[in-house]
Amino acid sequence: MMTGTVMGMLVSRGVLPDGVLHDGGLAATVVLLVPVVVPALAAGLAAVLGWRRWVAWSAVAASAVVLVAGVVAASATVEGSVLAVGGWLRADALTAVMLLVIGGVSVIATWASVGYIDGELKTQTTTARGARRYAILVPLFISTMAGTVLAANLGVMWAGIEATTIVTAFLVGHHGGRRAVEATWKYVIICSVGIALAYLGTVLVYYASQHSGGAAGGEGTLDWSELVAHADRLDPGVMRIAVVLLVLGFGTKVGLVPLHSWLPDAHSEAPAPVSALMSGVLLSVAGYALLRYRVIAVSALDPAFVRTLLLVVGIGSVLFAASLMIAQRDYKRLLAYSSMEHMGLVAIGMAVGTPLAIAALLLHVLGHGLAKAVLFCASGQILELTGTTRMAGVRGLLVRRPLLAAVFALGIAALLGLPPFSLFGSELALARATADAGLAWVVGVTLVLLLVVFVAIARPVAGMLFGPHDDAEHGGAATSRAATSRAARPASSTVPLVLGLVVLVVIGVATPLDGLLVSAAAIVGTR
Amino acid sequence: MSAAVSTQLLDVISGAILLTAVLTLWRRDLAAIIRLLAIQGVLIAGLALLLGINEHNTELYLAALGVLILKAIVLPTILRRVLADSGEVRETAPLVNVTSSLLAAAGLTLLAYVLSGPLVALAPSAATRALPVGIAVVLLGFFMLVTRRRALSQVIGFLLLDNGITTTAFLATSGVPLVVELGVSLDVLLVVLVLQIVAARMRMAFGSTDLDGLSGLRD
Repeated sequence: MMTGTVMGMLVSRGVLPDGVLHDGGLAATVVLLVPVVVPALAAGLAAVLGWRRWVAWSAVAASAVVLVAGVVAASATVEGSVLAVGGWLRADALTAVMLLVIGGVSVIATWASVGYIDGELKTQTTTARGARRYAILVPLFISTMAGTVLAANLGVMWAGIEATTIVTAFLVGHHGGRRAVEATWKYVIICSVGIALAYLGTVLVYYASQHSGGAAGGEGTLDWSELVAHADRLDPGVMRIAVVLLVLGFGTKVGLVPLHSWLPDAHSEAPAPVSALMSGVLLSVAGYALLRYRVIAVSALDPAFVRTLLLVVGIGSVLFAASLMIAQRDYKRLLAYSSMEHMGLVAIGMAVGTPLAIAALLLHVLGHGLAKAVLFCASGQILELTGTTRMAGVRGLLVRRPLLAAVFALGIAALLGLPPFSLFGSELALARATADAGLAWVVGVTLVLLLVVFVAIARPVAGMLFGPHDDAEHGGAATSRAATSRAARPASSTVPLVLGLVVLVVIGVATPLDGLLVSAAAIVGTR
Repeated sequence: MSAAVSTQLLDVISGAILLTAVLTLWRRDLAAIIRLLAIQGVLIAGLALLLGINEHNTELYLAALGVLILKAIVLPTILRRVLADSGEVRETAPLVNVTSSLLAAAGLTLLAYVLSGPLVALAPSAATRALPVGIAVVLLGFFMLVTRRRALSQVIGFLLLDNGITTTAFLATSGVPLVVELGVSLDVLLVVLVLQIVAARMRMAFGSTDLDGLSGLRD
């Protein structure tokens, strides 16, 4: 409720005018357009001027603007109202939550990018051209994600998700070389195919809507609110095929089985701040698409069918991720598989689908996004320091770089769901919602898998932090790169990461978002 | 145009779309495969035009024109350029030989007929009865994608898949809203351009575009 009360306070003090955010008003138009347009402007700036420190800061500012727009949208929609402009842009409480996730993670990632690219330019790991491309694509990436969650039309939402693939392709390949090329190829091909399947699903939904005998007659629609209103009249035979295609297709982008194999490669090869954005928000933006379709699916079909489908991909993803984390030697890949595991949990939450489960999974998405942003950015600094992504190559971090090590350790603690971080609360709530829905066996299975994950992460990370540090241990190839980058980054580079951790604690302890999450869960949750 | 003639024409075009898809699995010469893809693009544009004439729908004329430009001219041109750059004229050794590929194509087409049963049942008409063709092309594209080893063949597989979806969209719904159609076409074009650049980088890094070389990232 706090967002609501804060906004109420601002309104009563005259800081914010009352009642300007009504449907279709100018203020609503601004709030809905800003998250798409402002980052795109930052990208344009970079296209014209290339990489400059202040241009990089403008991307941070643009991310902050997205965050602010998210807060304003949250205050306007927390009571259940909807902002809409021209039938194409639309924001409800669920959109507001996603804008907060996108804005929050983007601020951390773009802030960390400033030092990251500066460092790369200094060590000549990237050229001026590479830096410019990076500065253009990162804000564009943020803009496309914001556009995706603001789209009122499911076809436009689809196009937005596909656009993220195109924009991020060259970010994944930023470092060049064989490994980056390989990761880019797999990423673009697998995600394009997955998203093409989702398009076929979208076409079939449109086909079903044309023959739903709704008020609009033979006119089909892809408008989400209209589809939800008439979902029970959609043909079950067609919708069943459509839903399978949509879960497979968008599931590809979420990193769910069976089309997940791009995820560890892309996450481990991309520059650290980009990995943060991909893992922290891109996956959940695709998950958001599934969430929107789920409401339509459960009302058009037997809810048990939808639940089973989501449970299979959810548990399958957690199982697969856990099994590959056990013997993992590379810390960036470990983090990537952990994203897959968390998205599996989110899919299980969707399968349950009660308002409590939806609220919990949204909080989980936010918590996971922030924790992963902190961890990937920290891992980028660790890579810069040690020159290796092998966990065995990183020892005694706590002695060598206490601040960075502390941030990394706390981020891991947050990721593992330890209190006081918000993932503790969201995982607990997810477990409760699942048990309430009569799926106690799912809780049991998941808990065992999470224990495996806990050990798989905690043990090697303890080695990275505390293990005996000896310079002579470093492998041959790693040493040259490590030596050039040994010049330590200033302590200020950890500021955005510490900020992320603080926010994680605040939303875990003070629960300021509860009102918004409940409103959002009421929109897409089903008893 | 009388209803009987337009139905026959629709069936001929749909049949030809399926035939071009099967032939792409049969040919090994990449230039010939690109030519087949361009012909398929013309056929899909013809399909949209025919539906537009039947329904007196101007949006479909525009869609037909768009499809013609994109799928029959622009995309094949890009693919030809990739082919010329690579100097690899044949799909050397697909994972599945041609005979088995054609047998698989027959199986997949049957599967498509089974799968699209509920789709046809919703609104039986001349157009929707041809729906299995669209689904079959999707499956054939997917098959090509997983069994071919050249980067270019994979791109062609992806485009085949996309052609199948476009065909399905026209047959089932007389085309999705033009804005969505536009977004989709732009996306496909950009994906192919991105893949063209990545394929060029692959050649620089690996010396060829044989995807068996992609084995550096494993667990």
